[in-house]
Amino acid sequence: MTVKTIREAISEALFQEMDRDKDVVLMGEDIRGGAGSSVEDVEAWGGVLGVTKGLWDKYGSDRVIDTPITESAILGMAAGAAMTGMRPVAELMFADFFGVCFDAIYNQASKFRYMFGGKATSPMVIRTMIGAGLRSAAQHSQSPYHIFTSVPGLKCVVPSCAYDAKGLLIQAIRDDDPVIFCEHKALYEDAMDVPDESYAIPFGEANIVREGSDVSIVALGLMVKVAREAADLLAQQGIEAEILDPRTTSPFDVDSLVETVENTGRLIIVDESAARCGVAQDIAAIASQEAFAALKAPIQIITPPHTPVPFSSVLEDAWIPSAARIVEAAHKVMNRDA
Amino acid sequence: MELDKNQLLQAYRKMVEIRVFEERLHTENLTGDIAGFIHLYAGQEAIAVGVCEHLTQHDFIGSTHRGHGHCIAKGCDINQMMCEIFGKENGSCAGKGGSMHIADISKGMLGANAIVGGAPPLAIGAALTCKHRAEKNVAISFTGDGGSNQGTTFEALNMAVVLNLPVVFIFENNGFGEATAHDYAVGSRDIAGRAGGFGLPAVKVDGTDFFAVYEAAEKAIARARNGDGPSVIEATARRWFGHFEGDAAAYFADGEIDALRENNDPLKIFRSKVKNSVSQQELDAIDSEVSNLVDSAVELARSSAFPSIDTLLTDVYVSY
Repeated sequence: MTVKTIREAISEALFQEMDRDKDVVLMGEDIRGGAGSSVEDVEAWGGVLGVTKGLWDKYGSDRVIDTPITESAILGMAAGAAMTGMRPVAELMFADFFGVCFDAIYNQASKFRYMFGGKATSPMVIRTMIGAGLRSAAQHSQSPYHIFTSVPGLKCVVPSCAYDAKGLLIQAIRDDDPVIFCEHKALYEDAMDVPDESYAIPFGEANIVREGSDVSIVALGLMVKVAREAADLLAQQGIEAEILDPRTTSPFDVDSLVETVENTGRLIIVDESAARCGVAQDIAAIASQEAFAALKAPIQIITPPHTPVPFSSVLEDAWIPSAARIVEAAHKVMNRDA
Repeated sequence: MELDKNQLLQAYRKMVEIRVFEERLHTENLTGDIAGFIHLYAGQEAIAVGVCEHLTQHDFIGSTHRGHGHCIAKGCDINQMMCEIFGKENGSCAGKGGSMHIADISKGMLGANAIVGGAPPLAIGAALTCKHRAEKNVAISFTGDGGSNQGTTFEALNMAVVLNLPVVFIFENNGFGEATAHDYAVGSRDIAGRAGGFGLPAVKVDGTDFFAVYEAAEKAIARARNGDGPSVIEATARRWFGHFEGDAAAYFADGEIDALRENNDPLKIFRSKVKNSVSQQELDAIDSEVSNLVDSAVELARSSAFPSIDTLLTDVYVSY
């Protein structure tokens, strides 16, 4: 057990899986960096935020493939390689870029198995960065995993901590279905104890991040961190929040959601994906249908506004769901004045 | 490479299978018993067969919405194909795919693909697998003149060159992308020339002449197998039917299709080119065998059961 950042945990998962299975190949833009330059044998970047650093050095250009900036070809190539027997891990540098290449995921890899009568498997992983907070503005800050979640045939992972990131990525690589793995770019430096050995965390199993009996907060990715902050503030006021991190949005752990709602009777969902037709709205619908009798107050949904992500720090900070909004929602469902 | 008599008969049989299959679907469709869209390949037979005769089941092909010909040429079972098109449980895809998604991964047929420009990125992925396994297998991307304009195609061409992948891009120029003429939609008019700009060999052949396609494919596929990289072949052959069955094809001039059937029929051209090595009787015998084969495929498809409703929810995931 060693303290590792999420960046280190993801890197370790990639090293361990590439050691285990030579059919695991990485492909993406600048996952090495410097290919074709006049500087010999340089690994200039190791990914735009350094997550894949060292992999090219160890496994070489046949397994750590620097591609042109050509997302349709990257994901399409991964889909074609997966259906013919490889286990590609493709990097879609920023999730926002799914807009130029979604066919490979939406119409191809996710549908092969069903469309071909169960005779195809597409064990591919798409690693991609999501999330606001780095002043990257409207086209490099989104968290469109609500769209990925809605695609049958695709699995969607949104880790919130280093332990989960390592175990879930290993599961994603070993999984026989296509998986999109959403890494929040504002979390890479978050560190915790992570086992050195290889381990897989099954999909569809939520994690109780914090136990509490008064109100349930469901959150993914960076929002788990914000929810923890809110829970600490609430605890000072005598309100004990339970935080449930579903970890994967598809498959989704309905049982754990129902259990926490039955435990507390109050539900707040805080989510960064979307203000409309997002993951929060989906979870609220599931809770309403499956645990309505246990609810003592209306479900509270906290999301960013229905706007693009703004650039200016003042605006972006206001855009991201805050601990203060969660505390306010908790007061509302507890019938307390602020 | 000279083809021996068995190879000639085999190639002819495959082309006839495609022709009879497609002509029969045209009439079966009029009965109203086939649901959804079907897109017929008649007129283009020499392209699929001229390419696939060089392949083994360990090579891969990606296809188009007009995929029946590619499936047959790559060895997919005709009974299963017909059952799939009729939406039956014993179809290639258990009735879940239909005409536009017939696949047989075990034969290296990676699926008819209803997204125009869908195949080229998948084919470079299959080629990456071939390169990784280093068993000298190759991948083929079949795309139409319509698909030649898609961004996915351009990206795949570039990536194939950058990574030196064992892939051959076949552009079947059949004159129309849906209802819009190639001459209008392909800005350069010249698909091979434009594709060649990506930095790979690109040739143009008469797609109604099996031997022209076969020879071009032989060179391109050998190049890919030897690790020398990707190539492009543009093969021109007009299709004989509308974009889909039910399309009145008002964009075909009066008598145009009759003239194609008379003067540009890949089967007639093949027959005339082999007349010194194969007897017409032997070819006639193949015609009648294939006719019986397709008859029985239709009978099987008509008498087979629709899928059980229970299968609606199966095979979305391997595990979930």
